[in-house]
Amino acid sequence: MVLSSLFVLMGLGFTAATILAVASKILYVKEDPRIAQVEDVLPGVNCGGCGYAGCAGAANAVIDGKSGANVCVIGGIETAKAVGAVMGLEVLDMEPELAFRDCTGGERAEELFNYEGAGNCRAQALLYNGAKTCPEGCLGLGTCVAVCPFDAIHMGPDGLPIVDPLACLACRKCVEACPRGVLSIVSMSAKLLHVEEVNDCLAPCQQECPANINIPRYIEAANNGDYAGAVNIIRERNPLLLVCGRVCPRPCELVCRRTHVDEAVGINMIKRFVADWEMKNNLRLPIPCAKETGRKVAIIGGGPSGLSCAFFLRRLGHSPTIIEAMPDLGGQLRYGIPEYRLPKNDLAWEIQGILDLGVEVRTEQRLGPDFTINDLEEEGFEAFFMGIGAWASGTLRIDGEDAQGVLSGTEFLTAVGLGQTPAIGPKVIVVGGGNTAIDAARTSIRLGCDVTLLYRRTRDEMPANKEEIIAAADEGIKFVFLSAPTKVIIDDKGKATHLECTRMELGEPDESGRRRPVPVEGTEARYPVDTIISAIGQKPQLSCFYTKGEEQCSIGFTRWRTIDAHPETLQTSVPKVFAGGDAVSGPDLVISAVGAGRQAARSIHYLLTTDQIPMADNILRELIPYTLFKDVDGCKHKERSEMPHLCSGDDRTSTFKEIEGCLCEEELHHETSRCLRCGLTCYDRDIPLENIFTNRVGEKVE
Amino acid sequence: MKEYFLLFISAIFVNNIVLAQYLGNCPFIGTSKKISVAIGMGSAVVFVATMAASITWAVQEYLLDPLGLQYLQTLTFILVIASLVQFVEMFLKKAVPPLYKSLGIFLPLITTNCAVMGIAIICQREEFTFIKTVAFSFASGMGFMLALIVLSAIRERIEVSRTPKSMKGTPIALVMAGLMSLAFFAFKGMI
Repeated sequence: MVLSSLFVLMGLGFTAATILAVASKILYVKEDPRIAQVEDVLPGVNCGGCGYAGCAGAANAVIDGKSGANVCVIGGIETAKAVGAVMGLEVLDMEPELAFRDCTGGERAEELFNYEGAGNCRAQALLYNGAKTCPEGCLGLGTCVAVCPFDAIHMGPDGLPIVDPLACLACRKCVEACPRGVLSIVSMSAKLLHVEEVNDCLAPCQQECPANINIPRYIEAANNGDYAGAVNIIRERNPLLLVCGRVCPRPCELVCRRTHVDEAVGINMIKRFVADWEMKNNLRLPIPCAKETGRKVAIIGGGPSGLSCAFFLRRLGHSPTIIEAMPDLGGQLRYGIPEYRLPKNDLAWEIQGILDLGVEVRTEQRLGPDFTINDLEEEGFEAFFMGIGAWASGTLRIDGEDAQGVLSGTEFLTAVGLGQTPAIGPKVIVVGGGNTAIDAARTSIRLGCDVTLLYRRTRDEMPANKEEIIAAADEGIKFVFLSAPTKVIIDDKGKATHLECTRMELGEPDESGRRRPVPVEGTEARYPVDTIISAIGQKPQLSCFYTKGEEQCSIGFTRWRTIDAHPETLQTSVPKVFAGGDAVSGPDLVISAVGAGRQAARSIHYLLTTDQIPMADNILRELIPYTLFKDVDGCKHKERSEMPHLCSGDDRTSTFKEIEGCLCEEELHHETSRCLRCGLTCYDRDIPLENIFTNRVGEKVE
Repeated sequence: MKEYFLLFISAIFVNNIVLAQYLGNCPFIGTSKKISVAIGMGSAVVFVATMAASITWAVQEYLLDPLGLQYLQTLTFILVIASLVQFVEMFLKKAVPPLYKSLGIFLPLITTNCAVMGIAIICQREEFTFIKTVAFSFASGMGFMLALIVLSAIRERIEVSRTPKSMKGTPIALVMAGLMSLAFFAFKGMI
């Protein structure tokens, strides 16, 4: 019996083995041996986090080219390197990716998902457009929390998902589950390269900021005491936060929803606080940069746009070199903005932070006389950014303006910026109504002069910042409005002694929307003067583009004699030459130049790495109408903080000491608490809250 | 004909291999997270169970019974099913690569699937003819697939619903399997 059993079993086994052996010869399929090798180096936990059925599935996907060496979400860089070794690829330092919650829009819920029960975000989005009916925002039902296999997301106290960066493995499950596209998997580079689109969740302040800084998010971080976080959020868009914290005219505050309640949030005060916090504690927070690409980019002009472009290029891994005509970097920040508004030491500290990332600098090298773009190309530079600013002054177009004692505003401010003390005499007349005119006037009064500011329209039409005009009046500057110069009277040595002016009256509005001043006959008057400073507009100095003896320049210019660059990519008529800042826009804000620098860095990055510059169709070009509310209910009045003054009286008008101070920590918290958190908390006032049900638990939203 | 109809109904609903016989629980829980996966696994089981029951019927009829070696049934069946699955895997890989790919890792999983083994043994215990064996094993495989798809559909919804943390994943799936089992008992009245 035992023997027959043994025979049967062995016989069966032998038969089966023979069949399989024969079959394996006949049915042999040549399989890529790398599949087994890849599977061997994967951790073998079959977690499915990668989206494939187990490690075998992942190995197949790698060999099929459906997935990269970073297929395994839990193995990290070591596993990626091992997979890369099997595939014959070298895995360099991989840029870490993280899930990131920021309502970045995306396709609408209705288009993507079918009904899956009202208790989750998808169904809520489908049925009611969400409990919170902003077309973009988070619904707060936590579907992403439920699907996260690594417990890396939890719901915060405000009903919004919070990603734990240490636990997140960027497996994309939350991204797939979210019907609103609120979650995304992003790397640092992707954040730096993102151009705001109209279906991103953008608070009005962020839309209006020329650099698109995520204002609500950094205010939130500052409010939580996370000043380093706030600095990092600002640095994603603006490397010059110390500068902007001092001199930005704050276009963001004009559209702040808080203005419908009381006054705008002091956004710039908060920026100034966190920027000063970093500098005063000499922290130099680490700024991550992508792996070196070794691509050389020349940046001509070390002003705000050039510095910004260099900063972002460096963070994206390229090697920028700034070539500056002046002895120091900073451009108009250093030579145009007086010390009392922006101390040179603070500016130097900020610029040093950018250079420390590995940006090369060449100073006192002027485009045209010292080098040309061709020279740089021969040196190995692959792309160029022109941030040459607007240094040429507009002329008065009157008799005698070439006389001794007539200066342009930029000339005067540059001389003071260089540490020279121009001999301007006791009586100074400044002609103009912009910020340069005010700066020249306030600088002159600090040099001990009697200063009169002459402007051909009224005070209401002055383009300078309102605070600056008030401060100038406080400091004793006299204003003469509705008056225009007609002639400079000179003495026999050719020096200006008087300025002849005529009275103006306002006529019909011109193309700028302001009423055109018309001279009134027979109202000429003469003002005694030692120096006349004309500050009536600036434009870029374009002569440097023309090589000697040539009429033609390969770069196109506009009819306003600025560089002609594509408004979104900032590419000029020469494909590898980009331009931004005042050289393209004419005299504009520092923050606009910073924004242009990043835009150009993005374009250069794409041109160098992919040979084309992608631009979405729906990028933000103007304010999104539905984000502009007419009023905001349910907010209590809270007084806006005031910036403290650091000096007063004689101390203010006799030295170049900084005038404005910084908020204290208590005032900062008061100011951050005034923010309505637009974009972080979505609310729709058309549907009363008590009518909104979340079907998951049958409870009303409180 | 009526007999075969009843056999079908009985195998799929009343004596469902997982929900009534309680066989093949590991693949039932393990592969019921997604409907797409459940369909893959289900069809693999239908295919292998039918093949395995037919071949084991022949082994029993022409080898074990004549030699009086019925006590070797379990050992023999394991051997036969394991080699069959290996063979089927090789064959599919060569002849029908898309099907092989869509079945993926589930095909080798079936080697140790007690539902397949159970179906083969039940056919012997009930002393079915060859035709009945084929019909019964096919229907039982279908019953397995039905249970798997229904459970995976439920689990996909549970995944996005609020579940107590301790009950997440397998625990809640077992509870659901239990409830489904109770529900399937109601089919007893059909026959």
